[in-house]
Amino acid sequence: MVGANYQLAYSLYPYKKVAAQDQPAQRHPVVVVGGGPVGIATALDLAKRGTPVLVLDDHEGVGQGSRAICFAKRTLDIADRLGAGRDMVDKGVVWNVGKVFHGQDKVFQFNLLPEDGHKNPAFINLQQPYFEKFLVDALRRAEAAGAPVEIRGRNVVTGIAPQDDHVRLEIETPDGPYAVLADYVIACDGARSPLRNMMGLRFDGRVFEDNFLIADVKMKADFPTERWFWFEPPFEGSGQSALLHKQPDDIWRIDFQLGWDIDRVSELDPDRIRARVDAMLSSQAGHVPDYALEWTSIYTFQCRRIEKFRHGRVLFAGDSAHQVSPFGARGANSGIQDADNLAWKLDLVLKGHAPERLLDSYAEEREYGADENILNSTRATDFLTPKSKISWVFRNAVLSLARRHPFARPMVNSGRLSLPCVYDGLSLNGPDRLKDPAETRVGAPCVDAPLAQGYLLDMLKGQFTILALNTPPPTVGHASGVEVATLALTTEADDPTGALAQRYLGPASQAVYLIRPDQHIAARWAQATSHDIEAALRIARAQEA
Amino acid sequence: MGLNLSPNIPDPDGFYDELLGAHDGMDDAQSDAFNARLILILANHIGDRQVLRAAMAAAKDT
Repeated sequence: MVGANYQLAYSLYPYKKVAAQDQPAQRHPVVVVGGGPVGIATALDLAKRGTPVLVLDDHEGVGQGSRAICFAKRTLDIADRLGAGRDMVDKGVVWNVGKVFHGQDKVFQFNLLPEDGHKNPAFINLQQPYFEKFLVDALRRAEAAGAPVEIRGRNVVTGIAPQDDHVRLEIETPDGPYAVLADYVIACDGARSPLRNMMGLRFDGRVFEDNFLIADVKMKADFPTERWFWFEPPFEGSGQSALLHKQPDDIWRIDFQLGWDIDRVSELDPDRIRARVDAMLSSQAGHVPDYALEWTSIYTFQCRRIEKFRHGRVLFAGDSAHQVSPFGARGANSGIQDADNLAWKLDLVLKGHAPERLLDSYAEEREYGADENILNSTRATDFLTPKSKISWVFRNAVLSLARRHPFARPMVNSGRLSLPCVYDGLSLNGPDRLKDPAETRVGAPCVDAPLAQGYLLDMLKGQFTILALNTPPPTVGHASGVEVATLALTTEADDPTGALAQRYLGPASQAVYLIRPDQHIAARWAQATSHDIEAALRIARAQEA
Repeated sequence: MGLNLSPNIPDPDGFYDELLGAHDGMDDAQSDAFNARLILILANHIGDRQVLRAAMAAAKDT
């Protein structure tokens, strides 16, 4: 039996023997390997669409440690569609202000507060165990309402054999081995992905020679709810950079950049960690406040991805497919975008509403997203840890200029925080017959707007949707082969703040948008015929060879 | 407008003197930092990525 390798924060799917373990290998349309945030989001999305999913996880619940803490608006928008967004925002800490220090001095501060008229905030901080639990809670609610999903805990996948028309998985359990067959397997088994290794796939990229110490401390402090980041921090033993950030439950995330040549064991000695934390906190509070160390860890990181996210009937999503530095909150947030992108496509393929090559567009779009994340993450890392003398000189020149001159502030890079990916120029994009607004161009995710009756994104329920503004929507027959919802709005009746017009019309007086099930824009026109919509629907489902 | 590599600064001797004079009293590290700040300020003033790219290429091609 392959042993459990981490402690659980919550036991959510304890091992239970199922009849299938004593029967010949049973066939499933989709098997998701890995019950982390990406696996659960993918399974939940598919099951809500009526496609049966089996999730296999090697543990029985959510691992301890806060790990990912920053969840971006796009993730919350997706979680809303899946039924988990409200729990996350209610529990999470909403923050907007970031301060950047260099030594003793404040360099500048920034405000991420988005323009008004969005349901969700730009970011929340939330410990990953909560994030995962809320997704599993939503999955359980969907399951109770009839969604076809099953999670099997302590089912460790030990073998994978892809065939032409199915994939066979070998599984170890406390009651011995069994096997399942799957039409498709989604590998959401994390950065060390056993499936990726079993398939002999390379995970290439760049290793950064640096160690970061995380200390999550519990304390009552009246520091503001802001992200504080220090370059060359003035407090003792803090390394090259440091971060202080608030989480729920009076937990503060502290991060110290320790450098490459360290002794991990001695750096994890609680007394040594406390000395560092004492120095940081007393420099800010004037004294050492009472606090408890909740969780500590030292991490190194790489920026890398597998070359192809799709290998026939096996699809890689989340950390198994790509890994970035934590600066920018691009790990879990991009993994959730993978789930969002893959679920509707796989659902349509399994239902016969789209050709199998639609799955290639998952790889195309999310490989593009991964490259964007790796680029941003690598640049942030190069700014944080200059690799040569001249890069130190320029880095510190930027920091010193930024104190007085606004032009240098956009160059200060303590992590470019995750923004949703825009699929500019990729295969599923239909015509873009409006020049503006740029933020709602074809390939972009829909921007939220407050309507008279609620928020726009809440009206987009995970189907293809025709959004008609100030014009009657074109009708689409069943010939299109897929369900299409219609949302007809007028600026006069539905746009109390003018945000809808600003974000979707610009200078135009009317518009028709075709929106994908994942809320990305497939095509847009000033006016469109049924024929235009049907043609764009074919492109968006990869039916045009 | 492309990168201007023709004489463009009035009183070139005076400018050169002023540039070197700005480094008076600095050690190497201070001079390096000054130069970096100056490059960033000038680059922002120019703002045009194509001109900046052409300038970097011209500086490399010696």
